[in-house]
Amino acid sequence: MSVSTPVACAPVTYLLHLADNALILGQRNAEWCGHGPIIEEDLSMANNALDLIGQARLLYQYAAQRIGNGATEDSLAYFRDVPDFRNYTLLELPHSAPLAATARGDRDYATTIVRNFLYSALMVLLWERLSTSTDEQLAAIAARSLKEVQYHLRHSRDWLVRFGDGTDESQARAQAALDHMLPYTEEFWTDSAAEREAVATGVGVEVATLRADWDMLVANTLAVATLQRPAASNGYVSQGKQGVHSEHLGFVLAEMQSLARAHPGASW
Amino acid sequence: MSTQQQPAAPALKEWPLWEVFVRSKQGLEHKHCGSLHASDAQHALQMARDVYTRRQEGVSIWVVPSAAIAASDPGDKGEFFDPSADKIYRHPTFYQIPDEVGHM
Repeated sequence: MSVSTPVACAPVTYLLHLADNALILGQRNAEWCGHGPIIEEDLSMANNALDLIGQARLLYQYAAQRIGNGATEDSLAYFRDVPDFRNYTLLELPHSAPLAATARGDRDYATTIVRNFLYSALMVLLWERLSTSTDEQLAAIAARSLKEVQYHLRHSRDWLVRFGDGTDESQARAQAALDHMLPYTEEFWTDSAAEREAVATGVGVEVATLRADWDMLVANTLAVATLQRPAASNGYVSQGKQGVHSEHLGFVLAEMQSLARAHPGASW
Repeated sequence: MSTQQQPAAPALKEWPLWEVFVRSKQGLEHKHCGSLHASDAQHALQMARDVYTRRQEGVSIWVVPSAAIAASDPGDKGEFFDPSADKIYRHPTFYQIPDEVGHM
């Protein structure tokens, strides 16, 4: 199949940033498969993960086509290392409280839901803007992804309200997850070379312009959920999208990439 | 492996059961496709979406509290259903349906 090159082209680094976000969160959420708190949620989170991995595939395919030189969606997903990944640090954290490292027994659904909410709230705004990007292929991917994250937002928002406005235990867990994860969203509003280039070429979105809408979405939901937004701190701002990651991404990649690296080029 | 019996998950004890009906793209009516546990109607709809429509099965979902369904007693099967077995004249098979009528 030949794909005509669109007039305006998103920078490859920008596509990889979007793709890595989707892949890493998809991989994280897929960890719940077979371990969900109830079977309906198990399916729901697997659906969510498959949506995200599907988005990542489209973006990697497009990026690979632009890179050429034998690059494929698989080489981009499975044969790049930690410093090459451009996802937000937020998305690579385990489903557990800080310092829980890779302990799987400590997976906490409130953490999963809070992260999905914070990320989906951003992506609903971002995909909507990108759906009118001058890069037609990116715009098409955005339009498709928008519908998916609209549902992810609905799902995570619904649970966040139920947790926050639920029992003492669910409220405490949701608040703890929020206190843990919200500071990582500061990274959304910082600048990166990839985003600057995408904005300069007119295909990308200056994410900082989405901040007021995102803040309002978060504030409204937290109010309904009777949760408190932690006070802004002037602490360290994570830099995953610049390739500077937490200690957790290496473990995610080890699990995700080991099969492809043990059997390069294998097919079903 | 422990032989100790696991207590039922709290969700299964505390959340009521809902019956799920899905209307397919071609279908005219909602068809029963299963049941699930959920805390309220909104929750049940969302779960039904994830459990029963993930392979493009539907364009519309109904959920009904299982407790709201009144069902016939299997013990009444004889008096309820058997008497109709030998009354073939209740089927409209003795008429020729004109082509113009179409699907009935």
